[in-house]
Amino acid sequence: MWADAGLVAGKDLRIELRSRVALNQVLPFSFVVLVLFAFALDPDRGVLDRAAPGLFWVAVLLTSLLATQRSFAIEAADGNTDALRMSGLDPAGLFLGKAAAVAAQLLALEVLLLIGVAFLYGIALHSFGLLALTCVLATLGLAGAGTVYGVMAFGLRVRETLLPLLILPVLAPVLLAATRSFEAALGGVPRECIGWLGLLAAFAALYAVVGLFGFGPLLEES
Amino acid sequence: MSLAVHLRSAVCLLGRFPALAGVDLDVRAGEVVLLAGPNGAGKTTLLRACAGLVPVVDGTAIVLGHDLRVDRRSIRRQLGLVGHATSLYDDMSVVDNVRFTVRARGGFTGAVEPALERLGLSGRLRNVAVSRLSAGQRRRCTLAGLVAVDAELWLLDEPHAGLDAEGRDLVDQLVGDARARGRTVIMASHDLERASAVASRQVTIEAGTARRRPSSPDRPSETPAPAPEVSGVG
Amino acid sequence: MRTARTPVALRGSTMLGWASLVLVGATVGLGLALPRTQEQAEYSRLIAVHPPAAWASYVAVGVAAFAAVGHLVTRRLAWDRVTIASLEVGSVFTAITLATGSIWGRPTWGVWWEWDPRLTTEALLLAILVGTVALRRSLAPGRGRAVITSVAALATVGLLPVIHFSVLWWRSQHQGGTLLAPDPASNADNPYVVAMLVGFVAFTVLFAWMVVQRVRIEALEEEADEVVLGRAIAERRAEGRPTSGVTA
Repeated sequence: MWADAGLVAGKDLRIELRSRVALNQVLPFSFVVLVLFAFALDPDRGVLDRAAPGLFWVAVLLTSLLATQRSFAIEAADGNTDALRMSGLDPAGLFLGKAAAVAAQLLALEVLLLIGVAFLYGIALHSFGLLALTCVLATLGLAGAGTVYGVMAFGLRVRETLLPLLILPVLAPVLLAATRSFEAALGGVPRECIGWLGLLAAFAALYAVVGLFGFGPLLEES
Repeated sequence: MSLAVHLRSAVCLLGRFPALAGVDLDVRAGEVVLLAGPNGAGKTTLLRACAGLVPVVDGTAIVLGHDLRVDRRSIRRQLGLVGHATSLYDDMSVVDNVRFTVRARGGFTGAVEPALERLGLSGRLRNVAVSRLSAGQRRRCTLAGLVAVDAELWLLDEPHAGLDAEGRDLVDQLVGDARARGRTVIMASHDLERASAVASRQVTIEAGTARRRPSSPDRPSETPAPAPEVSGVG
Repeated sequence: MRTARTPVALRGSTMLGWASLVLVGATVGLGLALPRTQEQAEYSRLIAVHPPAAWASYVAVGVAAFAAVGHLVTRRLAWDRVTIASLEVGSVFTAITLATGSIWGRPTWGVWWEWDPRLTTEALLLAILVGTVALRRSLAPGRGRAVITSVAALATVGLLPVIHFSVLWWRSQHQGGTLLAPDPASNADNPYVVAMLVGFVAFTVLFAWMVVQRVRIEALEEEADEVVLGRAIAERRAEGRPTSGVTA
């Protein structure tokens, strides 16, 4: 299982390095989202910097949607979804590999977005340990849930419209918990982070379990 | 000799449509069988059913000793399917694609280079991204994967389509090589003349059912045509 | 599915239907008969409907998860029918919960929506249920669809506590109890609690009846599919008939 996971993650990341879709398309997309928020919320009214953690995580959420869609789009070139099933890869390993690749890309994007938020919204960043931990736990959940729902919609022609509808309500608690954790960390109340981090961990664990056991049957039937 | 494929009254659905409405097929190990038939007859579905990709909802389906109605996943490592689509990763190079295919199967990575050479991909094209290849070159890349993996059962869906004359000859040679090594090949093709030269037997699929005909009279089959089996037509 | 049509089953489901009609009627009657309260005026009658609807929506999710496990373990489609029926009926009750909750909250809050924890959880749940049903409708009928629906249902159930606590902790920073916390000053215990309890029973029975009907519809659809399929297979075979007679 681990060997297959490594193989798949390596393959996905190599494809990303070659095609640079995350770099050239997804990253600019998330920055555009940050800019749009500024248009909507008017920087001069002092709302933007207070809302910054939430806006950051909304941008990350939307970005994770793109990353997940892309992760499955590369497997269905030519509209053919058979290759993954014929590959002989262990399904649990396949899940881990795909989720890991998405998580790695998201984490890289989050680092850049964080810098972007600090820069655009004028936020002072500190408590990097807590911020990092929040990012890691939230990202694991986003990648895991995204991969689970991504494979459910894998074979569908309506994949592009159905996937957001499926995923976004499910990711809502991640948005909630991650934002509150950021607010607590940046607001100098680190103790409040604990509960939120626990929720993020529970979410990530839930979808790790669902993915490890369910990915095979889901891939088969989609 | 053991049967590589044994289908009796197999029914397969695509959505609600019975793409296969009762197929009888026996393929012995080491045979090369040509699937002929008009478009929409169910050849592709038959190949995919043998690969375990389409569930068989009625009848019997045993491939390489595995009952597909019980478990259609585990045989996949033992067979190779080459279909209309390429099953390649566009952004990876030829060699990376073939290497991935081999490693995913747990195969022998040393087989990659010889396979590339066999398919004429070891020179300039070796490190080119698949997206930059022509359709024919992509087909060669897929075939290189098949050769490198050296599956027991080859399922080829119109392998000649889109290839130039040289490419088609190459496919025939590959099928011949496979047969010499004792592999079983089921090939669907519209190019009956070329394909029946390589095949030991031809099976015609029409409207989701299969009947059998002996090989063409000017090329005697190596095994005498056995007693005809009644097809599954009700 | 012959069990749907046996006399016992039909009579049972009819009785269930009458029982739910009577009970819901009783609930409505009790609700209308309740005395008005100081602050909430007529709206307090909704205590007979809103908590029961919320309860029914949670029952729906629970039943769906149970049936999902049943399907994954036994691989029988009968369980899958129960899963989808519960998910769909659950959506209805969730929507009712949201509507009644919003209406009930209006006089207290002054606005139609105030991000009350329980209602917010229900709103998310509705979105998830709608998405899951949409997913199922996009998939071709058969075992595959059943597996996907089951996994989705189980993921939803696992998610529910996460949603619940996250929303609760979030909102508890801003307000006290939720809509359902009874205010001792304005509610005399008995008539309200009685109405609510009757409502719980009534909605549970109604839920059961609706699920049974939905399961029967699903079973009948599958039977119809079989007939259509048999016909399609015969037609398909007949396509090839003109050339029959060719043998080795």
